[in-house]
Amino acid sequence: MSLRRAGASVLSTAAIAAVTGLLLYAFLAAESERTVGLVLVGAVAAVAAGLRSRVLPRLVGAAGPPAVLVGLGVAGLVLVRVFHDDPFVLLLMARALLVLVACLGLHVQLADAGVPNFAGAAFFGVGGYTAAVLGRGGLPHPLVLLASGAAAAAVGSLLLLPLLRTRGHYAALITIAFGLLFRTFLEVNETLGGPQGLKLGGLQLLGWSFNDDRRLLGVEFSGYAFYCLAAVALALAAVWLVRRVERSWIGVALDAVRLDETAAACFGISIGRWKIAALTIGNALIGVAGGLSAMMVGFIAPNNFTFQESLVLVSILLLGGLGNLAGLAAAALIVIWLPEKLQPIQEYRYLLFSVLVVLVLVLRPTGLIRRSVRRPFGSVAG
Amino acid sequence: MSAPEALLATRGLTRQFGGVVALAGLDLEVRRGELLGLIGPNGSGKTTFFNVLTGLFSPTRGEVLFAGTSLAHATPQAICRAGITRTFQRSRLCLELSIFDNLAIGAHQRLEHGLWFNVLRRAALARQADATAAAARELLQIFDPPLARRLFEPMTGVAMIDRRRVEICRALMSHPRLLLLDEPSAGMTADETTRLMDDILEVRRRFGDLTIVLIEHEMSVIERVTDRCVVLNYGKKLCEGTFAEVSADPEVRRAYLGLT
Repeated sequence: MSLRRAGASVLSTAAIAAVTGLLLYAFLAAESERTVGLVLVGAVAAVAAGLRSRVLPRLVGAAGPPAVLVGLGVAGLVLVRVFHDDPFVLLLMARALLVLVACLGLHVQLADAGVPNFAGAAFFGVGGYTAAVLGRGGLPHPLVLLASGAAAAAVGSLLLLPLLRTRGHYAALITIAFGLLFRTFLEVNETLGGPQGLKLGGLQLLGWSFNDDRRLLGVEFSGYAFYCLAAVALALAAVWLVRRVERSWIGVALDAVRLDETAAACFGISIGRWKIAALTIGNALIGVAGGLSAMMVGFIAPNNFTFQESLVLVSILLLGGLGNLAGLAAAALIVIWLPEKLQPIQEYRYLLFSVLVVLVLVLRPTGLIRRSVRRPFGSVAG
Repeated sequence: MSAPEALLATRGLTRQFGGVVALAGLDLEVRRGELLGLIGPNGSGKTTFFNVLTGLFSPTRGEVLFAGTSLAHATPQAICRAGITRTFQRSRLCLELSIFDNLAIGAHQRLEHGLWFNVLRRAALARQADATAAAARELLQIFDPPLARRLFEPMTGVAMIDRRRVEICRALMSHPRLLLLDEPSAGMTADETTRLMDDILEVRRRFGDLTIVLIEHEMSVIERVTDRCVVLNYGKKLCEGTFAEVSADPEVRRAYLGLT
């Protein structure tokens, strides 16, 4: 890469990270509901203007998506530093990021392979309960998190047979039924704590407990700051993984399966194999996010994993726009943060989300940001 | 018609949909390297024949032998691996994908699909993508050089005739031994049809050993491009021979051409 292009990349990355970071800061720091509303309107206007004037795509192009990811990661670190002793904001940030990871899993399933999953919260729960059960043993916690993902993928494989024989609404119904069954199963299962749920110890990494507040570099950090960092790392890793999967032959095969099973089959693409792959990758991501989330919150119960929560995940997907990760991230932030910052709507949030999803589907079926055509991933094309 | 000449042979191939007999004991041979025209009135079983050959429908009875192996109840994927690909009467391209993506779908079986390879060995993946793009450009070049320059543009902006061309290229990307073309001229003007047939003849010149079966309603096209024709009626073979022979056959003239 020439020096000039490298310079342009660094500058563009810095610009994107700075603007995003500032908007997020303004939103999180806003006290009154009016400020929250203003920031939200400002952010939407800024993004819309950036997209319409082609400035934003050009900036992203000049920066290069991997650099943008790094930039956003740095912005995340700065935000953690800024809100170092505010557990409420830190928890909010970590939660949105973990929900984003779960939605990335759903994205691989629905937006890439076309397999609906209305049991996202259930698989999130499988991850959480796995972390609760295994976390008590002596297993190192990074392995526990991996086991959470593996468990969610394994439980998801129970659905493979019916899901491979159905599509569309019928497949969606199967996942809805599974979500309801899962919750009932938890409620009657005494070893998993029944309706009361289970308590979890916090995340331990190399003898370092994430739950404790800690002084670092002369700054007092709330324990949630470390969960926030872990969530930033997990979200970046998940975005990286999903982007690479989508910009590869796997992404092409999944698209073919989603768009035309008949034609795909005639070119040797095994429909079953690719649906299984998408379900497994997706559920594994949801499970890891669920595991980390459970460790962070310290308590899980069947009530956290209801059909409504699954619907929230799907609505984030629809709102963000199927096939666009940036839109997905924005939607996750809006859906998770808005009700927390706007107390008056807290009570009505499901109603508001339903209205929002209906409006999006009617007025802008492509979501916040439209799916764009796959960028070439050969070396010549860059 | 000696046995080694036949690339594809069907024996008593039958497909029923409830009471409707779409294919009624069809015996048909496709010779290695020929361009065979498949004609017959609407509903005579031409497309059903393609659908059975490519494994989309299983035959009710009968046998399909392709290069000596039975494919009668094979999956579409296995049939593709054996070397049979097709186009569809109503274009089945993925319109929201790029031209390249559509062609890569055709090349699927030659590409590496492991998670490890695709996620972590990005340099090797990029090389494979480059090679695939080069192959795609080369194919598009035969049909329409400007199209080759638009490789990474979405299908949606591509004209109807070029979509047909991309669809044929997608089939060729799988390196087939037998190519089934289901009425490629459907919905095209006479001029476009002529251009498309020029392309098909050019493909034949370039890929000497490729065998093609062409479903077509336009008799002038059949006359111009095919080596041999088979006429279907009510799921059975009515007659076969060169276009001149077939069009002179009194039964064909009665059943299909509407001549007396």
